This record gives sequence, structure tokens and C-alpha cells, in this order.
Amino acid sequence: MGIEQIYTEVLQEHLNSKRNKHPITNPTVRLNGVNPSCGDEIELELRMTDGVIEDAGYTGRGCAISQASTSIMIDLIKGKSVEEAVKLADTFFGMIKHEITDEEKLEILEDAIALKDISHMPARVKCAVLGWHTLKDGIATNPNNG
Amino acid sequence: MSNPFRKDFPILDSTFNNKPLVYLDNAATSQKPDSVIKAVEDYYRKQNANPYRGLYQLSVAATDAYEEARSITAEFINAKSSKEIIFTRNSTEALNLIAYSYGRSVLKAGDEIVIPISEHHSNILPWQQLVKEKGAVLSYLYLDKNGYLLEEDIENKITERTKIVSIAHVSNVLGTVYPIEKIIQKAHSVGAVVIVDTAQGIPHYPVDVKQWDVDFLVFSGHKMLAPMGIGVLYGKEELLDNMPPFLTGGEMIEYVYEQEATFAPLPNKFEAGTPNVGGAVGLAEAIRYINQVGYDTIQNIEEELRDHALKELSQIPDVVVYGETKAGRDRCGVISFNVEGVHPHDTSSILDADGIAIRAGHHCAQPLMNYMDVAATCRASFYFYNTIEDIDTFIHSLKKVRRWLGYGN
Repeated sequence: MGIEQIYTEVLQEHLNSKRNKHPITNPTVRLNGVNPSCGDEIELELRMTDGVIEDAGYTGRGCAISQASTSIMIDLIKGKSVEEAVKLADTFFGMIKHEITDEEKLEILEDAIALKDISHMPARVKCAVLGWHTLKDGIATNPNNG
Repeated sequence: MSNPFRKDFPILDSTFNNKPLVYLDNAATSQKPDSVIKAVEDYYRKQNANPYRGLYQLSVAATDAYEEARSITAEFINAKSSKEIIFTRNSTEALNLIAYSYGRSVLKAGDEIVIPISEHHSNILPWQQLVKEKGAVLSYLYLDKNGYLLEEDIENKITERTKIVSIAHVSNVLGTVYPIEKIIQKAHSVGAVVIVDTAQGIPHYPVDVKQWDVDFLVFSGHKMLAPMGIGVLYGKEELLDNMPPFLTGGEMIEYVYEQEATFAPLPNKFEAGTPNVGGAVGLAEAIRYINQVGYDTIQNIEEELRDHALKELSQIPDVVVYGETKAGRDRCGVISFNVEGVHPHDTSSILDADGIAIRAGHHCAQPLMNYMDVAATCRASFYFYNTIEDIDTFIHSLKKVRRWLGYGN
């Protein structure tokens, strides 16, 4: 596998535009995610109204893969319900673990499909899933998410 | 330039992504020469039995192999006697042994332990635990911007209150070679004992415990061509003799009664349980190999590699090198660096695609990372089987890193 399948234009665009890397106004949920082994840290902010993610943003530090993956995720979950966001997260985990290979099922992941080949770089899988785990662990257990 | 030792290391013929392996993570672990691999294999083929216990010839052969390894190790560091050599799993276990056995029995509330800020977690956490238990103080020696210990800290922080000074011979992050003899003299002048962790030193520099007059010395076999799982604790006999056991159980006893036990003499007192005989045999062979190559040759090769790498790195505009950047100074071929705007994990992954193995992260030295105000670094570290070509491949690949992250050229 070539490195070009990981460090794609999609990844570079998210990394360099930083368009989702900022605090949001009036967040209702703040979620922290950490990879202790590499020191990556993100804080994910969501504004939830009637069970829908109205706005989202993140701050923190980490490698290109964790930062870009979180940014791509934010593009996907804005305007989605909690159930839809959890389904996206599960589909993403399924793609990374090679449990979901049906391309039609993966279509809902849009730009996040760019991270499909990360499964060939086992050392970096935890970077790609950091944002998604932070989201799912937070909204699945947060009593204020509605 | 051809390197005559490279052919002795079979793993260096590996390829990744159809590219030859360029192994530059020697500070994490060294590769093993054929002779070490074969010595371990021969032990398991011909000599394996549980040492000490068996009254049959094979067990005697295993005991002899193990004790021969101990003598070879004692001679290697110029210990007075092989009783002063305790085999452990690694440096970490040896440092824990000293903290829990020696440290716990001598330390009192208000006493101080002094360590440099650049220490590996293995030389921080045992002391953190101990000072909490005893109400003692863990005090740090800080570094200047080139990675050298501050003179005034050596002068002012090692005091009458200091009971233990524990220091790495060579920094695993910055490659700095610390002034061990000076530290030992200063510590002894206030009555403190000194522990030197030479895990990063002894693969590259000769160590003479008598010349240093060091109280304890620890190192790991796996960083100096031996297998993983064998390490060494050296201690002065009178210190070790007066220390209580660390781990207890089989092999370390004299007599065991229902409520009491008496302990075996040195070195067995500190070696509870069946030891790693195969590992010790591998270590002995690694020592033979290093002696055959010779430390002079090792240093000549490594200095050339280090100076070439520092020169090439200084010519890449977006690369910052930490610690001493000038060639020819007191620094080992362990070089920490970062590529501007690129997380070390990305740099490492991108180099990996070209078959180049470097380390990226906090290098088990988070207090140093915080002190330097960096989250993590990349680290390339050399050994005498590396070549100038390895470094050129590494530099060539490093120049492409920023492009993969969309920084243009």
C-alpha cells in the first residue's frame, strides 16, 4: 500500500483549512477524547436541539490523521440526529475493521471513505477513530443529548 | 563505504513495501547478530534445564552456562566479583529493585532523591512512588537549551539532604552524554549513593564501575545486541549484602520454615524464580561480539553517522533538531527532531512507507517533553551496523514529508 492512499487530498484539505477546528457558540455538550499512548487530545463541542446536532467543532492537538478524521466527521454529523450520528460512527468503525466492505453501505460516510485504507496501517487506526469514539461514547451516554 | 558488520545482522536484509529496511530505532532496541541468535538456539538445543536445582548433568550444564554469563558480564564492566551481578528482566526491573529494596530501607521523611528532568519514566516512577511513601522529596536537575545539565543545579541541588542520585549515562531523547564521574564525585562528597542507568550508554561506550566508583549500575541486554528479557543490576557488594530481598520465592532462599525464612547469599538473594538462562547466554555472546568489534570501532562508525546526520538535518529548512546540534560534541547518535507543522506520528508513518524505521512520541520521557514544551518528537538513533547510505535514504524521505501534508514543496 502506498502512503498516497492515506495522505490524500481530502485529508490535506481538512488539515490545512482547519474549518471545523474552533469552539462553537452555545455548545450543549463538550466531549474529551485522548489517546494516552500518543498524546493526541481533542475536545469536541456539539450544540444539540431536539435530538439533532445543530453545530459541532473541535479543538486540541494531534497528528494529521486524528485531526482530519475528526474534521471530516464534523462535516458529516452536522444536521443529523443522535441515531444517525451513531449509525455513521458504527459504519466508520465497521469500515476500519473491514467488517463492512459493501460499498453501498459505506456511501453514507462520504469523504470519510478516504480513510478506508488506514486498516493497512494498524499503528494508525487509533488515530483515525479518536474523534468518532469520542462522539459515540459521549452522545450514547450523555443525558443532555436531547 | 561498506560496513563489514552489517552482514552479521540477518534482519537488516528485510524489505518493507519492496524497500530495504533502514533501521534507525536502535535506542528502542538493537538488532541481533547471527552469533547471538545461534548461542541462544544452541543453549535450548543442548543445555536447557532448570539451573541450580537438578542433580543431573544437564542441569549442571545449564547452571554453568548461566554462571559463565554472569562472570563474562562482571568482567565486561570490571566488577570486583560476579556476586555483584544480579540478572533482571531489564533496566526497569533493576531500578525498581534498587528503589524498593535499597531506597525503602534507607530513605526517611525529608530526605531527597535527585534525578535529571530528562530521565526515562523507568528512572522517575519508582522514585515518585518511594518519596510518596516516605514523605521524602524528588528533586530535578534541569538542562540548558543544548541538553546539558545546568552546572548550578549539579552544584546546588545535590546537598546533605540528598540520599540517592539516579542518572542516565546517555539521554534516550537528546543523546546527551552526561558527566557521570563529576556527578558521582559530587554525590559522594555529600554521602549520597549514585545509580547510573547505562541502558543507552553501554551499547556505545565502555563502562568501568571501579573507575567510576559507581554504587549501582543498570542496563538492558536488548539494547546491546542481546535478547529481550535479560537485564543487569550491578551493585557494590557491601550495599547489596545489606539490602533486603526484592522478589521472594524459589531460588533465593537458604532455609524456609512455617513463619520465617533465611535468604541465599549474593547474587541468588535477588534472583527469585527460574531465571532467564537463555537470555543470559545471549547476553554473554553479545558481550563477546561487542568486544570483538571493539568500542573504538563502534565509536568511530557512530560518530561519522552522527555528524553526517546532524549536518544533513541542519540543511533541511523545516526541520528542528533538539539538544546539541553541533557535530563532535558530547552526544550519542540519538537525534530527536520535528518537521515544522507535522505531527511526529505522521512523519514516522510517511518514512515507514519508504522502509525507514524511526521512533515518534514522548519516548517515555513526558517530564522532559513538558520541559522542552513539545508534545512529542521524532527520534532517529544509530548503531554501528548503520551506514551513511541509511542516513541518506532517511534524509531523502524526510524531505518529502511536508509535501504529503499539503505544504507544497
